[in-house]
Amino acid sequence: MPVYRCVSIGSELADGSFEQLAMPHFERLYNFACWLTHDRQEAEDLVQETYTKALKGFSSFQPGTNFRAWIYKILRNAFLTSRTGLKAAATVPFDLEGEEEILPAVKETPETILLQRSDGQLVQQALEQLPVAYREILLLCEVEEMSYQEISATLAIPMGTVMSRLSRARKTLRNSLRPQLQRG
Amino acid sequence: MVCESWKTKLDTYLDGELPEQEMRTFGAHVRSCHSCSADTLTRVQMKRKIQGAGRRFTPSAELRRRVQHSIAPKPQRSFLPGWAFAAVAAVVLVVGTLTLTYVKTRSGRDQVYSEIADLHVATLASSSPVDVISTDRHTVKPWFQGRIPFAFNLPELQNSEFSLLGGRMTYLDQTPGAHLIYDVRKHHISVFVFQERSFGARLDGNALAPEKLPFNMETWSQGGLRYFVIGDASTVDLDSLARLFKAAS
Repeated sequence: MPVYRCVSIGSELADGSFEQLAMPHFERLYNFACWLTHDRQEAEDLVQETYTKALKGFSSFQPGTNFRAWIYKILRNAFLTSRTGLKAAATVPFDLEGEEEILPAVKETPETILLQRSDGQLVQQALEQLPVAYREILLLCEVEEMSYQEISATLAIPMGTVMSRLSRARKTLRNSLRPQLQRG
Repeated sequence: MVCESWKTKLDTYLDGELPEQEMRTFGAHVRSCHSCSADTLTRVQMKRKIQGAGRRFTPSAELRRRVQHSIAPKPQRSFLPGWAFAAVAAVVLVVGTLTLTYVKTRSGRDQVYSEIADLHVATLASSSPVDVISTDRHTVKPWFQGRIPFAFNLPELQNSEFSLLGGRMTYLDQTPGAHLIYDVRKHHISVFVFQERSFGARLDGNALAPEKLPFNMETWSQGGLRYFVIGDASTVDLDSLARLFKAAS
């Protein structure tokens, strides 16, 4: 039943050139950048900046370590220091730990039928409206299929925080989808 | 009651992140428990929906071409005959050996300085330059606990012209650091603190102040940390603030 993940190709290709290591992540990085910025032009600039910075700092990448986590971390840090990133961090507290109490508990009922009927649009909208800290961790886990360890390296947070933040992100997403699914 | 304890781990199970033994036990339980089985199905569907919704944006071929072009190794062309190339190579080798360390250190150093200047400008231009707003160093310093992988001291500002506006986390070369903003006679001064080891050989000891920056800057290394004081205030003001930091560290 568990949903197994793809194994990162970072360590296997550790001896390759920068281009060989970096280009396989191009489409996924762009997708992730679009979700962070909500703007295609900004996402293009962010991806371009990420590749430039990664190439410049490639000598600091340790062969045998996880290249994917390394380059995603560069993209995320570039986003955080961009105008949009600064604004996102300023308008929504980036560190949302410790807010569990204020989230209403979801009574887990079988929402299977409603989920089956819903189109992707609802989930897209709900993802867009999540605070950036929740959106990014859900995307890294579900879309990029990163392990908790990779997410921990990418976001520079401890494993325990990965688990608790993921749990809160999922709960927030379910809560925001619930009324819409019931209406639909 | 037993199911409640299972359900708290349901997402971890579906992410394949439980220990092997627990994965097997969990799998057996899910197959035999109607309630957990229904929850599992719901969450699997939610995962699938997020995966589908999340893979949404596709880059243009033009962007791919631009990125590829920017990272492609530049071809090395030689217009010289073999013997001339060898002679030039020998000269380059000698001169290069003598200057390589100097140039490498200098270009690395200039890059760090311009990144620091960028961070200073970008922060002051933002609508919310600080994440922790306080003039009290006993509020600002503890705010960094758990956010950056080192500790540092903030100076006492009584009887000085400086006032602390607040602080924020920052990154330089993917390394976290502290960014503090001070005010002196309506001039804003940024103080950056990073771990010295993040800079490798690019900065050595009390590196020289940069010559071509649009701001005044002072930098030094102390106790394994690298400090940068930057702003449009006078060098005298920057030096005074730097001395307060040096005394506090």
